[in-house]
Amino acid sequence: MKSVSATPGSPAPVKNAEAPAQRRVGERLDDQPPVPLLGKIQRQLHAHPLLGPTAVLILACVVFTAMVGPRFIDPLNVSLILQQVQIIGMVGIAQTLIILTAGIDLSVAAVMVFTTVISGKLAAEAGLPAVVALVIALATGAACGFLNGILVTRFRVPPFISTLGTLSIFTALNLLASGSQTIKANVLPDLLLWPGETFRVLGAPVTYGSILVLLSFVAVAFILKRTAWGEHIYAVGDNAEGARLSGIRTTRVLLSVYVVAGIICAIAGWLLIGRVGSVSPFSGEGVNLASITAVVIGGTSLFGGRGNVLGTLLGALIIGVFSNGLTLAGVDVLWQVFTTGVLVIVAVGLDQWTRKVAG
Amino acid sequence: MTSNPTLTTQPILQARNLVKRYGHVTALAGADLTLYPGEVLAVIGDNGAGKSSLIKALSGALIPDEGEIQVDGATQKFRSPLDARSAGIETVYQHLALAPARDIAANLFLGREIRKPGPLGWGLRLLDHKKMRSETARIMGDLGLLTIQNIGQAVETLSGGQRQGVAVARAAAFGSRVIIMDEPTAALGVKESGKVLDLIAGIRDRGIPVILISHDMPHVFEVADRIHVQRLGRRIACVQKTDITMNDAVSLMTGAQTPPAGHDPEALPARLAVR
Repeated sequence: MKSVSATPGSPAPVKNAEAPAQRRVGERLDDQPPVPLLGKIQRQLHAHPLLGPTAVLILACVVFTAMVGPRFIDPLNVSLILQQVQIIGMVGIAQTLIILTAGIDLSVAAVMVFTTVISGKLAAEAGLPAVVALVIALATGAACGFLNGILVTRFRVPPFISTLGTLSIFTALNLLASGSQTIKANVLPDLLLWPGETFRVLGAPVTYGSILVLLSFVAVAFILKRTAWGEHIYAVGDNAEGARLSGIRTTRVLLSVYVVAGIICAIAGWLLIGRVGSVSPFSGEGVNLASITAVVIGGTSLFGGRGNVLGTLLGALIIGVFSNGLTLAGVDVLWQVFTTGVLVIVAVGLDQWTRKVAG
Repeated sequence: MTSNPTLTTQPILQARNLVKRYGHVTALAGADLTLYPGEVLAVIGDNGAGKSSLIKALSGALIPDEGEIQVDGATQKFRSPLDARSAGIETVYQHLALAPARDIAANLFLGREIRKPGPLGWGLRLLDHKKMRSETARIMGDLGLLTIQNIGQAVETLSGGQRQGVAVARAAAFGSRVIIMDEPTAALGVKESGKVLDLIAGIRDRGIPVILISHDMPHVFEVADRIHVQRLGRRIACVQKTDITMNDAVSLMTGAQTPPAGHDPEALPARLAVR
């Protein structure tokens, strides 16, 4: 409103001399006058946060196909990439929910592995039915999330610190419960190994686990967009005090997010058993940071309130495509690590820049 | 209340002897406030006079240590902003309490989203985005705020005045009894301030009383019926706008002047009493 009056309304003689300075001081970027190309890109990225990661993913696929030939887009290889990213993807869903509330969860991988040890022990050694073992594992995940949530909401410990602490606690519990021993596939019930089972699509084996991950992404994306709970997660992450004053029970929302994240980590644990084919207290290495990387590359803001779980799917796929493509191209493994680092920094930089649209 | 025909109007909102202490600091030291139906009551006071605390107590954002709040003659104990809202009191906070990355419709219905009818709504808590958008367009239109083109636009891409408009529209849409506005013009330019003052008058004309907290004397004198002067945690005066000059109001606020003897802080607003 203001800008319209500011430019044409000012007295004619001094207009040219004063207009630019005036606008810089008083105005935000929501005015109508011509926007330079860079500004247009910035606005598009702000309005469509999935644009960036989608472009990167497509570009990466094209480049790697050009580099290593058609075997990169072979159904077999695509299925392999899906299997490789399913764990990061599933944990990434949990991480996205937390980061949307302007939090962070460093304990996700520890929760995941801890729940695999619980279900493995209960099924293989205590002789409980597989379903019961699995349900108890999910409940354990929920309990871990509840502990994180209580620390964050009730005791007001910043998420970074609470989950750093629980990371150690859950890791220790995991080693204590497992006695640092691996439980082999031959003593595990079929149900726990089910996510690793395959069926054939276009002649390529596809695991049930990868399908479960894709379905979870769609389900959570729907929940975030269409339910009051989803709306409140965004509001709490965007402006916690404002959300509280608007009548949203912010502590309840936060607590529920941590609990749900814990349950999702337990589901990721189930996928992990299927993927590895055993229960090992030392599996899932690197998943913690990879999940945060997937969220960030996917365009979700570390400052909370903006982003999308489908971005995390893209982020996880980007990580998978880079690591798979670079391996096929025979590039040193260290360059994969290097590339991931660059991607994270670029993604966060881009987020900082696009958020400036708000002024 | 039956003896005098001009006093048949009961206060719609009344605060009695509110006290709030933070350790050694006393934010409210027995503050009173009386709001009549159909009036704009300005609350002025120096920094630290307890304006914000008073308003927070009335909007449920703060729980007073002592004192009583009555809405329509019924005593209310607000434990949270939700309680005040369900009693029909809406507040436009100075920092607006909006979610900047969310769109206008989402902000208008923040915390009381419209759900889909039937089990989808109360069971799965599915939202009715379509209805919220159309309602938003209607509410914004009613208030003459449809200069904002796109209901789906993120609030952070709006100008300061437009954001204020969204916050006011939200209060106006849901405030059935009282609307409280904390410094609504503080961050705005001349033109946008004028628009917000028009909005306040428009809300008053629709029969909803407004409490306006402001530092800006010209704005106060433009829209207010009565002026409540807050000083050192209590109401030291509440005068008809027509009975006081801007200079006197400032003198009262800073303690350079004491209120005239025999003035009645509970008197009906002149504009309504002569009706």
